[in-house]
Amino acid sequence: MRESRILQGNEAIATAAIHAGISSAYGYPGTPSTEVIEFLIKQKTQLGFPHAAWCANEKTAYEQGLGVALVGKRALVSMKHVGLNVAADPFLSSTVVSIHGGLVIAVADDPGMHSSQNEQDTRIFADFAHVPCLEPATPQQAYDMTFEAFELSERFGVPVILRLVTRLSHSRSAVSVRVGDPGKEVRTQPTKKTSHPANWILMPSNAKRQWHELVEKQASFQSFAENSPYNTLALPNESPAVADLGVITTGIALEYFLEEKSELVNTPAHLHIGVYPFPVEKIRKLASSCKKIVVLEEGYPHVERHLRGILSTPIEVVGKLSGLISIEGEMNPETVRTALGLPKREVAKFNLSGMNVMARPPQLCKGCPHGDMFFAIKPAIAAFPESLVTSDIGCYTLGALEPYSAIETCVCMGASIGLAKGAAEAGFFPVIAVIGDSTFLHSGMTGLLDAVSANTNMTLMILDNEAVAMTGGQKTLIPSSRLKDVVLGLGVLPEHVKVVGAHRRLIAENTEVIKREIEYTGLSVIIAVRECVETALRGKKEKIQCATPNDQGGSGCEV
Amino acid sequence: MKFDLVLANVGGQGGLSIAAVIAVAARHQGLNVKQSEVHGMSQRGGAVSAHLRISDQEVASPLIPTGAASMILSLEPMESIRYLSTLSSGGKIITAATPVINTSDYPPIADLLATIRNIPGSVIVDAETLAREAGSFRTSNIVMLGAASRFLPLTPESLEKAIREIFISKGELIVSQNLKAFHLGREARA
Repeated sequence: MRESRILQGNEAIATAAIHAGISSAYGYPGTPSTEVIEFLIKQKTQLGFPHAAWCANEKTAYEQGLGVALVGKRALVSMKHVGLNVAADPFLSSTVVSIHGGLVIAVADDPGMHSSQNEQDTRIFADFAHVPCLEPATPQQAYDMTFEAFELSERFGVPVILRLVTRLSHSRSAVSVRVGDPGKEVRTQPTKKTSHPANWILMPSNAKRQWHELVEKQASFQSFAENSPYNTLALPNESPAVADLGVITTGIALEYFLEEKSELVNTPAHLHIGVYPFPVEKIRKLASSCKKIVVLEEGYPHVERHLRGILSTPIEVVGKLSGLISIEGEMNPETVRTALGLPKREVAKFNLSGMNVMARPPQLCKGCPHGDMFFAIKPAIAAFPESLVTSDIGCYTLGALEPYSAIETCVCMGASIGLAKGAAEAGFFPVIAVIGDSTFLHSGMTGLLDAVSANTNMTLMILDNEAVAMTGGQKTLIPSSRLKDVVLGLGVLPEHVKVVGAHRRLIAENTEVIKREIEYTGLSVIIAVRECVETALRGKKEKIQCATPNDQGGSGCEV
Repeated sequence: MKFDLVLANVGGQGGLSIAAVIAVAARHQGLNVKQSEVHGMSQRGGAVSAHLRISDQEVASPLIPTGAASMILSLEPMESIRYLSTLSSGGKIITAATPVINTSDYPPIADLLATIRNIPGSVIVDAETLAREAGSFRTSNIVMLGAASRFLPLTPESLEKAIREIFISKGELIVSQNLKAFHLGREARA
């Protein structure tokens, strides 16, 4: 039995994961992947299963998913593309253990960098790790492929990647889903430890054997991809047997191609790739049926780059490498149209009588505690001819913009602390690192430990708003009241750990605290506390709703 | 039948709720829908848009091609003219009148509204006043949905049903406020 639901790509994956019988799901919030775990956490509240939780970072999330697989149960792990860099260590080594409970990683890439610091393509990570990768084109495929991914993971004993992109993760359409609790049978199986522990102990003697096995498995991955119904080859049956144009699409590029295809006079030969490794035979068949190949793929020119190694004939291949399609940013119907040689669409003219449509970049919310701290930092460093304020990833990155212009770096999660330490040890003074509470717990603690051991002359400011605000206000792993203990536990001297309120009325006072800690030769930590205005508002609304009786006369609150 | 709609707003104004209501209503009428939205950083007071495509055929691209949109529905006047390259000639612009001024170079509002009024097919709605009349300024987005509904290929009944479904979890009061907002918007004339 099936029913139709309108689901976002991310929700389709989460729904399928429940229907495929996962026991647990782990992740760290990051646009555009966040809704996968959010949806599962909501389901957990309503249904009581599966276990779903945010973790300190993507590495810990991945290891927990791997632990589930170690005892023979299914787990979903989700993150954004750069999150897989953090989880790369366990991910790459987990490809050589023998997984017997399905482990699927849903990774959302962000071509066009709507909310990210780079455009890396997760298909290349899958290739690097020698594991199968599935790339859905629609929310329906996202649902269907999730089942396939779990089955593959168990059949081949490897983790399997579901590669998403922003326009798939955040596209919504009707998805036909299974009804009832189709995952129950798998989910309620008892745990079962591996009967071959040596396969999980990656000391060199075992690792060599396991690596050999992974290499041996490649042929079966290849044959799976070759025969997968997600890799579809459509050759025009009219004569001549050789078409002028052959098109390779992957993932969501299929949808842009379908949008434009009807205007082509001659039907091109078409291969769609939905699962990897590359379906080599199908690619060769396509090449022998056309005179030229256009490759339409979102992200890096991954397929295009490998075609030369796959094809022995000197056929013309065009795409992002050839310069036909921009290698930067997202694709859309227009880029695909141009690539297919279709004329540009007409743009209607509207008379704006000289009105300038001004840019509207994102900015901190009105009353945001981060803003108040930026205004406290600036006068504290104003007296120095030169100063360095490193920072990190979160809402507070907007402190780089007017009217604050208070921070000078944003590289990767936790980098503010390492950058500050390096700069201070190179002789720069004064150096302040500014990091959010959740980013600190994600990847800042180890950097701080380094600074403690060296008693580096720097000041760390932790902006504690009790939330992962940028991704929708998820709760930070530990409450505000315990953050100071974490900092003290790492060994920062108690007299140089200051907790201040991040308030407008405290700006002058906070400036003095920052000045004093800059002047101290050694490591100081200032924790600036006030809840995110967005989550505070939401909390207030929930309270009001709880107090408002509903139409049955009861409380409007479920909790 | 094919209706492509661009939803424009400033992050945090509630554009995605409108998209959700339209998508559900379209499904009630047996139509195909595809919606594309952007989350994350731009939602912090920046310019945000969502694409919503309704058709009795399969919808392929989640993004509306250039010059193909039947309507731009905007919750803020400046945002209503940001995505004109997606609008077809003869396409509708339906916008709320109240500006969100969070940049220093925002033009005088009277000039901006005059510019919009000059574009044939534009409708400017005082959503804020109507929303307060409906019981809460937070229903501005549904007032705008009401104003747009006169031109959508959807019946008011299916939209009302969808509003009920989307807001029911927030209680009966919120549902009735939003239904009232929808009607006030639908009856509003520029």
